Amino acid sequence: METTLREVIKQITFKHLKKFKGQVFGQNLTGVGWVAGTLPKLYEKDGVIELPMADVANGGMVTGAALVGRRPFYIIRYQGYNWLNCIFIVNYACKSKEIWNKPAPMFIRGLSSEGGLGPVSTSSHISIFYKMPGIKIYSPMTKKEYTNTYRKFMNSDDVFYVSEHRKSYENKIEFKNSIKKNLDIILMPISVTRFEAEKAKNYLNKNGYKVGIIHLYELKPFILKKKWISIIKSSKYGVLMTDNDYVDGIIRTLAHKINEQTNKKVYVLGLKDKSAGYTLETSNFPPSALEIINKIKQIKVKKRL
Amino acid sequence: MSYKNYRLKTFEKASLCRNFENEVFKRVNEKIINFPVYLSAGQEYVPSSIAQIVKDKKQKPLIFGQHRGHSIYLSFGGNIVELIDELLGKKTGCTGGMGGSLSINSNKINMFGHEGLMGSNACMGVGACFSSAKPTIVFLGDASVEEDYVLASLSWAAKKELPILFVVEDNNYAVLTEKKDRRDWKAKDVAKAFKLESYDIDDQPKNIFSVLKKNLFKKPIFINVNTKRLFWHSGAGVDEEVKGDRLTLEKKFLGKKAEKIHSNIKKKIENLWKQRLEK
Ligand SMILES: Cc1ncc(C[n+]2csc(CCOP(=O)(O)OP(=O)(O)O)c2C)c(N)n1
Ligand SMILES: [Mg+2]
Repeated sequence: METTLREVIKQITFKHLKKFKGQVFGQNLTGVGWVAGTLPKLYEKDGVIELPMADVANGGMVTGAALVGRRPFYIIRYQGYNWLNCIFIVNYACKSKEIWNKPAPMFIRGLSSEGGLGPVSTSSHISIFYKMPGIKIYSPMTKKEYTNTYRKFMNSDDVFYVSEHRKSYENKIEFKNSIKKNLDIILMPISVTRFEAEKAKNYLNKNGYKVGIIHLYELKPFILKKKWISIIKSSKYGVLMTDNDYVDGIIRTLAHKINEQTNKKVYVLGLKDKSAGYTLETSNFPPSALEIINKIKQIKVKKRL
Repeated sequence: MSYKNYRLKTFEKASLCRNFENEVFKRVNEKIINFPVYLSAGQEYVPSSIAQIVKDKKQKPLIFGQHRGHSIYLSFGGNIVELIDELLGKKTGCTGGMGGSLSINSNKINMFGHEGLMGSNACMGVGACFSSAKPTIVFLGDASVEEDYVLASLSWAAKKELPILFVVEDNNYAVLTEKKDRRDWKAKDVAKAFKLESYDIDDQPKNIFSVLKKNLFKKPIFINVNTKRLFWHSGAGVDEEVKGDRLTLEKKFLGKKAEKIHSNIKKKIENLWKQRLEK
């Protein structure tokens, strides 16, 4: 049976603990589903450390572990808790190498989830990390991407924020970019919206549109490849980006970077600018395939006028 | 080491700090230093006493200070010239010219820099101590100990029985707000509630010596040391004359020997500043 992303994360964590004598910190790790089954069943003696319910201090304590070279993994079980956890990571760990010549490499695993979980726990919150210097941000949704991200981390002394999504843990496939010249539009999806964007692309291409896709998981530093630039420049309508963070979050920053380099219009779809409740009607879901399809149809109609 | 000898050695360290801060005071007034400077004059007996004990025990702890850190740096053997250069914004400074006064560090003496969020060093210190199992000292102020994340760090250090020392340099002030206007509890009592061995003492070296000589780095210890800040919170100025300055009292007690040490150090520091300014 082919392995899932869940299994790969578990294996990487195991290796990190056993081979590299790393540490894994977080709250409610040893139990409650072992972080959605991504954590091997190990305990403090193996380096899996249960932290107290003190999110602000915890971010600082893990920074301390990073400063003394333990390359800690730091699990934030819902990205909504980023708001508390990020403080000493972005203000200390991320700056430590530049100011004090003391790197604090850590691998933050921030789990995002779909809607239906209320105002805080819903979706992704990486924008608050994004603007700060000294951090690298990845959002791997596949096994290869995750393994690459970990490898990069082990060859680096920076702080890595790895934005995961619970819905991707069952994933077994790898995504492929589909790019050629003279497309109508190019999708550039992030995180879990990549699954829906694929569906939308397939549907639209069967229905007379020419839609390409560039999957994004290396978010900071964000490098727009030369090939991508020329493909985007040759497109009719530009780019539609999708994300499961708020629409006024990093997606706008990235859209602007793309726009600067291509002079093409970059449309964005993310979480709506509203608070989330718990029901289908009140929650704030990331853009679905249908929403992506409708947006592209709308762009096309508008442009024709 | 006998207590008498310890007391003299501690005086030497404290004198170095005081003379250094007096020189910085001048440079701030002369506008040679233009960024915010946090002078520790008056409080130097706290780090000096501890540094002397640590030295006698031949320990080299990880040190996590906060903004008022010159005396910590100097007491634990940080390079003087590099601190002068740092305050002058030079690349040859202990923090490569990035540290100003607030964010100084020294990898040589294991002193970690501070980023400016008061009390954050408690969290980093506890994490570093936990993950390295190395002896660690965290210096706080009477205000930073009020930060929620500091309290959480104390709790975890106690739970994990870390070889750590928390030191509160209690000068009674958060900038100019007095302790009585901020809280109705004693830091020592809260630390005790977390099951830390805790003390509330004044900054006589004798007191610091006696509470630390037995258990330092054998278990987590918390000491709140009452001390007096001579100058403004930030910058160079005096709010009111301070009575009972520890250094003056100790110098008087130790007599001629101490006076000589003090004036020699004064000359040395003045010369060093002159040299670095001429460079
Ligand atoms: C998180 C945070 N809040 C507020 C401040 C502003 N601030 C800087 S120093 C200071 C007072 C610190 O008092 P204390 O911890 O007693 O140290 P002291 O200055 O007396 O040495 C304050 C409030 C800050 N630096 N960080
Ligand atoms: Mg104070």
